[in-house]
Amino acid sequence: MTQSNIMPGFRPALAYTLFYLCLVVLIPLSTLVFKSLQLSWTDYLEIISNTRVVSSFRVSFGTSLIAALVAGLFGFVIAWVLVRYPFPGKRFLDALIDLPFALPTAVAGVILATIFQPSGLLGKWLMSSFGVQVAYKPLGIVVALIFIGIPFVVRTIEPVLQEFDTTMEEAASSLGATRLQVFTQVIFPNIFPALLTGVSLAFARGVGEYGSVIFIAGNLPYVSEIVPLLIITKLEQYQYAGATAIALTMLLVSFLLLLIVNLLQLWARRRSGQI
Amino acid sequence: MSILLNNISKNFGKFAALYDVSLEIPEGELVALLGPSGCGKTTLLRIIAGLETPDFGRVLLSGEDKTEQHVSRRGIGFVFQHYALFRHMTVFDNIAFGLRVKPRKERPTEAFISKKVHALLELVQLDWLADRFPDQLSGGQRQRIALARALAVEPSVLLLDEPFGALDASVRKDLRQWLRNLHQELHVTSIFVTHDQEEAMEVASQVVVLNQGRIEQQGAPADIYDHPANAFVSKFIGQTNIFDLSETESNWLQRAGILAEKPQGIFAHVRPHHIDIVKAEEASGSPVTLKDWQHLGATIRVELFNPQHNGAGATLFAEMPNERFRELNLTKGDRVAVHIKQAHWFN
Repeated sequence: MTQSNIMPGFRPALAYTLFYLCLVVLIPLSTLVFKSLQLSWTDYLEIISNTRVVSSFRVSFGTSLIAALVAGLFGFVIAWVLVRYPFPGKRFLDALIDLPFALPTAVAGVILATIFQPSGLLGKWLMSSFGVQVAYKPLGIVVALIFIGIPFVVRTIEPVLQEFDTTMEEAASSLGATRLQVFTQVIFPNIFPALLTGVSLAFARGVGEYGSVIFIAGNLPYVSEIVPLLIITKLEQYQYAGATAIALTMLLVSFLLLLIVNLLQLWARRRSGQI
Repeated sequence: MSILLNNISKNFGKFAALYDVSLEIPEGELVALLGPSGCGKTTLLRIIAGLETPDFGRVLLSGEDKTEQHVSRRGIGFVFQHYALFRHMTVFDNIAFGLRVKPRKERPTEAFISKKVHALLELVQLDWLADRFPDQLSGGQRQRIALARALAVEPSVLLLDEPFGALDASVRKDLRQWLRNLHQELHVTSIFVTHDQEEAMEVASQVVVLNQGRIEQQGAPADIYDHPANAFVSKFIGQTNIFDLSETESNWLQRAGILAEKPQGIFAHVRPHHIDIVKAEEASGSPVTLKDWQHLGATIRVELFNPQHNGAGATLFAEMPNERFRELNLTKGDRVAVHIKQAHWFN
């Protein structure tokens, strides 16, 4: 005997979800795995341990991590201001946040490269006053990835901040907590899981980002060459197996990192009694 | 701690929430701020707490002017309508919060905090919930934890915003009794906001009736019930039958006994238990028809219809003990006579 579920349509919904996951995610990814299986284990290791490949991994994951953390900080402040304070032009600013989502990333890359290059609007000023060159350096990649990453942080934190029960803050104040204590002990722990989601989304996006980075990065091997670019380069040279080997490694590392973030989130949620 | 409010006014935009409110609350009282929704009672409570600043007027706690002082320095305990428990903390951590955020010099040891928290949990009879999170508690439990949390810092005033508003009727009854007992035990000056007149009468030692940002009357529950200062208080506290002298036939009122003394106003407010019913043939009195009745426990509420009167005032309510009603042996549609024993007059 089958038990009927209170929520109708479980079977078609599950079937659809599985079908969709297979079609869009699993089949392309397994093709990637199969393709790289054509390589022997030693060939695979050789491709992966190539110093140029290793440095590109370091550049990609390093810049993405830094950019995600900075985007986390900036995004938090932006979301806080947008939710907490009424001011003229708030809606306009709110709409601006989504722009990096809509803008073709290559356009963003060209714009950023233009203003941050040593003769550019901001680049010149940074060079003359701080001696810092942004474009054509790993720092340029970080800047591009912050630009791409901030909307992810803002849009994940905003709803949580909006729903945050401000009477909790008043309660903390009435119990004698200072403003700083209210923030660190009441507000932040409640926002933290959402912040973590936002940062990990920004990070994942940053690792895979191509268009906005290549224009500003300079793409100097061993210094500012990102993994996606290396994959494209291999493809252009008809080294399909090599490209898939790098792609697969990237996939595994990304998966591992996201898994760690998810576990961290689970821990944070459990600690704060949200599950 | 005694509380003195001098000429408090507060506006939200164009809406005047409080208008020139002055109030004195002696130490150790359990006071109810009572009024219909939107009358400014919660705003008044929040001004006492320091969660809101008045546009005009001063707040004096124990004789000291605290109008400008931040809520965290006032030494008050505030219990929020929806409890405002910290969702990310266990019940234990919630109650310990006020002790742990003290400046390092004043902060007690963890051992002391633990002892104190468990003592408070015993006080609210929920010691077994220490490790739970707020989301895992029922409404009544949350309310008591919120109270324990507020009491942890040993406030000199306890302020409660609609403390029983979100609870179901039976839990509310228990908690009212419990709050009274707690107050008798701790003797901390307490103010609670409510829109439920029964709750105010049952729990408080002093009731302050507010309406449209002003205080209508302040006094002991019995005082307010027996001697309402104005028509609003009379209507708001308990049930009242209102007779409009200009509309009701004077002959009818004469026979009901209400005009035995010279009327002192245009409206006569009569409590249901001040209306006596006798069988129509037995005595003088004004004729009415018995429409229906409801059991209210020890008393019966009788719904009467005055056929000589049109409109809203035609239905009267009388209350009497069950035995008395049984003696009368009435059925629906019977003609009876009413005799009014006492009335309050207002203009």
